[in-house]
Amino acid sequence: MITAPIAELARALASKELSSVDLTAAVLDRIEALNPRLNAFIARDRKRALVQAQAADARRAAGDATALTGIPVAHKDVLMTAGWKTTCGSRMLENFVAPYSAFVVEKLADAGMVLVGKTNMDEFAMGSSSETSYFGPVRNPWNVEYVPGGSSGGSAAAVAARLVPAATGTDTGGSIRQPAALSGVCGLKPTYGVCSRYGLIAFASSLDTPGPFAQTAEDCALLLSAMAGHDARDSTSLDRPREDYARLLSASRGAKPLAGLRIGMPKEYFGAGIDADVGAAVEAAIAEFRRLGASTVDVSLPNIDLAVPVYYVIAPAEASSNLARFDGVRYGHRAAKYDDLADMYKKTRAEGFGAEVKRRILVGTYVLSHGYYDAYYLKAQQVRRLIADGFQRAYRDCDLLVGPTAPTAAFKLGEKSDDPVQMYLNDIFTVAGNLTGSPAISIPCGFDRNGLPIGLQLQGNYFSESLILDVAHRFQQATDWHRREPADIALETAR
Amino acid sequence: MALSSADIERIAHLARIEISAAEVADVRQKLDSIFEMIGRMRAIDTTGIVPMAHAQEIALPLREDVVTDSDRHELYQNGAPAVLDGLYLVPKVIE
Repeated sequence: MITAPIAELARALASKELSSVDLTAAVLDRIEALNPRLNAFIARDRKRALVQAQAADARRAAGDATALTGIPVAHKDVLMTAGWKTTCGSRMLENFVAPYSAFVVEKLADAGMVLVGKTNMDEFAMGSSSETSYFGPVRNPWNVEYVPGGSSGGSAAAVAARLVPAATGTDTGGSIRQPAALSGVCGLKPTYGVCSRYGLIAFASSLDTPGPFAQTAEDCALLLSAMAGHDARDSTSLDRPREDYARLLSASRGAKPLAGLRIGMPKEYFGAGIDADVGAAVEAAIAEFRRLGASTVDVSLPNIDLAVPVYYVIAPAEASSNLARFDGVRYGHRAAKYDDLADMYKKTRAEGFGAEVKRRILVGTYVLSHGYYDAYYLKAQQVRRLIADGFQRAYRDCDLLVGPTAPTAAFKLGEKSDDPVQMYLNDIFTVAGNLTGSPAISIPCGFDRNGLPIGLQLQGNYFSESLILDVAHRFQQATDWHRREPADIALETAR
Repeated sequence: MALSSADIERIAHLARIEISAAEVADVRQKLDSIFEMIGRMRAIDTTGIVPMAHAQEIALPLREDVVTDSDRHELYQNGAPAVLDGLYLVPKVIE
């Protein structure tokens, strides 16, 4: 029971078959047993979790429960969580205790969710494998020799191994969708501005987007409904009417629930460089969409091949500015020995940051430095516009875009860690969603020859989350890829 | 484009990150490969294209110029490496 999706757990809680205290205790035991093999969690707190679970049960008894009340959740360790260490997977913040909570952390607590722990991640959310954490790499529950994807790999692995029914992540270039694909779970990146960035420790402010991980699209809809909302403390938070993102899911539409839906197939997503098993799984999913009544249309996304180069100018530029705050003065690590103030900054940052974070700060510093701004940063913003215009043209002919989330299934630990460009190319299908700021989901759609999960990405135009979630939900009602689970026995015997 | 060792040292100084002599060659090789990948973007003609700084074209919101937060400096300074009387301590910069 404790490995069930949120919607089922919520029904059991509502009918009093299950209490949040029992559920939370069982979830904590499961984390205790399986996490040593996965390293998905950086922090856990049984005592505090059980206090919250008791409060959730009391709230339910008082008739004041939401669909999420009493459901355990884990937060990516880039999200400030009051009273909890919030490390960003970095030595820089190894002992940093957050003085306040992120907006999305507050919203899920307000809904009555029970926080059981903080999840491991690539340092400062920079990576596609969750190997760069100061606290060690996260492992893929389907095969612990493989990476879970990144940067939100701890959250993805935790949901995949059914350690928690829900987790939060952040997506700056694919950091929710790519680990969701590689770990075999659902991960949603909402429209930029729908979820406040308040309390999300900034990486690239014009791209950073909080979002949920869960087993099903239906669960993602429940989570997003609670996480979204306007917040005056984030100047880019959008003031829109409240939305129930699950509202379309329950409508009965017969055998062809997707009739009338036009799904675009960008030719650039089906070309060379895509693993044959990934391509076959995506084609099979498209055939399923057609069976459900959707039509498909060929579209093109001009300049999409430049999305990764553009991203690796804009994201490091913004990162170099945002991470200037880690100076050994106001919070976090400070070097033990130094000559003067300038030397203190340099040694503190050399010791506190890992290799990939330093690399991105250096790239960003260079592209913003005197004489290079126009050639790199301004140029990248112009190409960003061309890419976004290409998406708008595609959406004249279709309602959603479909394709693989990542070009391959999971790769082995260490396989790409010494070649940054190879690592960056994992995000070839996801970065454009951040450059444009539009929503997208990754859902499981098959397995490769090694038994590793494959992810399908559904992208839509701004504010089309409800449509994306509905289409994903109809697919999941007709298929069972999202119900496949890695065997506990593999995790236990591999120890 | 290939970066020189002097370029690496200049950027590292601007970024306030110490890079040892032993690290320079590896950092330089990896940054070169990254800039080679980025360089593909520079070939495209973008004459007259308005730069896109943000996903949403919204005006920066303004608020009344009034105090809305309470004094929480003690809480915020809990995690600072060195504090005295509410002040952050740094190495001496003025003789």
